[in-house]
Amino acid sequence: MGGTRVLVGTRKGAFVLTSDEGRTDWKVDGPYFPGWEIYHLKASPMNPDRIYASQTSGWFGQVIQRSDDGGVSWETVGNDFSYDGVPGEHQWYDGSLRPWEFHRVWHLEPSLHDAETVYAGVEDAALFKSTDGGASWAELSGLRQHGTGPQWQPGAGGMCLHTILQHPTDADRLYVAISAAGAFRTTDGGATWQAINKGLRSGEIPDQDSEVGHCVHRLDMHPSNPDVLYMQKHWDVMRSDDAGDVWQEVSGDLPSDFGFPIAVHAHEPETVYVVPITSDSHHFPVEGKLRVYRSRTGGDTWEPLTKGLPQNDCYVNVLRDAMAVDQHESCGVYFGTTGGQVYASSDSGDTWSPIVRDLPPVLSVEVQTLS
Amino acid sequence: MSHSVRVTLPPNLRAMAQVHGEVLLEIPGEVTQRSVLDALEGQYPMLLGTIRDRATARRRAFVRFFACEEDLSHDEPDTPLPERVVAGEEPFMVVGAMAGG
Repeated sequence: MGGTRVLVGTRKGAFVLTSDEGRTDWKVDGPYFPGWEIYHLKASPMNPDRIYASQTSGWFGQVIQRSDDGGVSWETVGNDFSYDGVPGEHQWYDGSLRPWEFHRVWHLEPSLHDAETVYAGVEDAALFKSTDGGASWAELSGLRQHGTGPQWQPGAGGMCLHTILQHPTDADRLYVAISAAGAFRTTDGGATWQAINKGLRSGEIPDQDSEVGHCVHRLDMHPSNPDVLYMQKHWDVMRSDDAGDVWQEVSGDLPSDFGFPIAVHAHEPETVYVVPITSDSHHFPVEGKLRVYRSRTGGDTWEPLTKGLPQNDCYVNVLRDAMAVDQHESCGVYFGTTGGQVYASSDSGDTWSPIVRDLPPVLSVEVQTLS
Repeated sequence: MSHSVRVTLPPNLRAMAQVHGEVLLEIPGEVTQRSVLDALEGQYPMLLGTIRDRATARRRAFVRFFACEEDLSHDEPDTPLPERVVAGEEPFMVVGAMAGG
């Protein structure tokens, strides 16, 4: 029987939750790095004992931690995220220009293809790559130097690069998403990038056909069908069938199409999960009911999943990196809330239970399926 | 000539550096913020970037430097530290700026 390890980043430390394939009884370890914001933890798909963590603080800056024993012990690795050359300027909230300045690492994405390679998405938006297990970092500056860079602007959470998707077989093909610039694709390992935002409609910007400026909250794909991309945008759930060339809205019958995370089932490429949130001003579930919505048709038609989730007086949020699926035969789905709960379903979302419920606000959830 | 300088760290950084209580540093030559922090980061490289910004080498905005009941945060990095710090009679204090309500 395989095991399950859930990596939880919170406002005040990291937690590691472990169970067997049954996923009924959970052991909670942590907090690791207590008092620090842990924006994201993620394990290498090539070496499940290697886990990276982004540890950050308004006081003491950015630290990257690495574990080589499955999260039992940790060591600091490189934290020099210097932009390549003169960083240039981007839009500020008031339309003025502001120099690019490093703030923190939002997302760490270990390579599918090389055990020593890991990517980091940072604020102010840029993509960094390490080929030595995080000891040193180099910016893939073709992205920041995209001709639209001076038009990029921060979303409410900052101008962050928060999503990094890797093609399952082509190591040179990556997708990233930036709030609030949009989605970008490279087919040459990060040297050059193409904005892939055609078809997005965003009421927050004046030109609906703008190449950039869209507040993309999250992307996901299924490795068996990597040309199909799913997107939770600020408003709207979107789908592309051509690797991002064109997007179509698939919000369908959702009670709200605002939200942050989106995830694809481990074994069903057309099964997708979102958590509808009331609005960008009301960051809590519609009607105070915490509901995951599942589409088994690749979008448009959605069903609420409520069994085991609070259905009254619930006013938490689920952030963009706080939902994940495992690879067990009966696919598990996990998400964490700003109220400190981590909910899990071991039956593709049909039923849910909290596996831990009083953590600090949850920033990220990732899951490992262990053999 | 070298000087034994005492340094105190805030709890988060003590935990990261895995030290308890004060840190004792041997500083060759003049004792300044820069020479003390260079020695501190040399002895505890996990602290690189947590007190001084990696890109600018300047004090992070929410980190303060106190010694001998004085706030030295705005002194130039090469300003000599007080004689009592140089003599090891008082610690050079790295402090997280006040926060909370």
